[in-house]
Amino acid sequence: MTKKEKALQVVEAIQTKFGNAVLDTGGHAGDTFVRVSAEHIHEVLSYLKNEMHFVYLTDLFGTDRFTSEDRFEVIYNLISLKSGARIFIKTWIQEENPVLPTVTDIWAAANWNEREVWDMFGIRFEGHPDLRRIFLPEDFEYHPLRKEFPLLGIPGSIALPTTTPNTE
Amino acid sequence: MSLEKSLNNQGFLTTSLDFVTNWARANAVWPMPMGLACCAIEMMAFAGPKYDASRFGSEVMRFSPRQSDVMIVAGWCTYKMSHAIRRIWDQMPDPKWCIAMGACASTGGMHRCYGVVQGVDNFLPVDVYVSGCPPRPDALLNALMQIQEKIKSEHSTTLDS
Repeated sequence: MTKKEKALQVVEAIQTKFGNAVLDTGGHAGDTFVRVSAEHIHEVLSYLKNEMHFVYLTDLFGTDRFTSEDRFEVIYNLISLKSGARIFIKTWIQEENPVLPTVTDIWAAANWNEREVWDMFGIRFEGHPDLRRIFLPEDFEYHPLRKEFPLLGIPGSIALPTTTPNTE
Repeated sequence: MSLEKSLNNQGFLTTSLDFVTNWARANAVWPMPMGLACCAIEMMAFAGPKYDASRFGSEVMRFSPRQSDVMIVAGWCTYKMSHAIRRIWDQMPDPKWCIAMGACASTGGMHRCYGVVQGVDNFLPVDVYVSGCPPRPDALLNALMQIQEKIKSEHSTTLDS
């Protein structure tokens, strides 16, 4: 059985176990994805880790689709180290008050990925042990990968060094 | 009191003192390598045996700012890095010069985004800009020679007061 067929088996298992939580399934360019509603994302992911041996969280990232509803997307890229199957779990988040439950209790490796998504998109992860900005300065006020953020940034939002000596 | 005045009072003629000082300075311009990206690879070739910056008196790269005369900013500079660069620049003793090597250090180049300083002249007094992405080592040698020309045309001893 190929890895692709194994991934499709996992999709079927998710559909039978969480029938109402699955919004959509599909694939593109040889990859398989399952779209799950945000309320059920944590139980689906912990089921995949504990029952289907998806112990390896390859990646966790956000996108800004810039639509009026279901604006943000968070995508989990998982690999089962037993079967070698790869699966993408996607979820939609509203523009107003974008919050998701953290998955750091399932995979400790999600810690920095979630901090990056918070830094770039302003999506908060409830229950995260240390939700600080990871790349930008602590006092930066914006989330630069949001589509409304200007390409060249906002002048003066990040400080340049002073060019005159500090003589006190 | 300037060096020239004090020497003139004692009957010395100092018309060539500038020349001697500038000759010494121009032929011992030790670079402070600020290699931030791919330009740094070309900067290594510039210092290596084939292009050999030592021919022009830039004998050694000095990794201590207190022993160097020219800072070569090679590569794109983020806002986070700019504070470190300025701090190193402030630690270099006068007289000092600065080369912005490559498109990114000169203008931000292809990194036209919120995180990259659009040209290191936003916080450093740059003397020579080198175009190219990355510039060839010859271009950097040319920049070094232009720095030497600049040093030779300066009135260095009269600044000593």
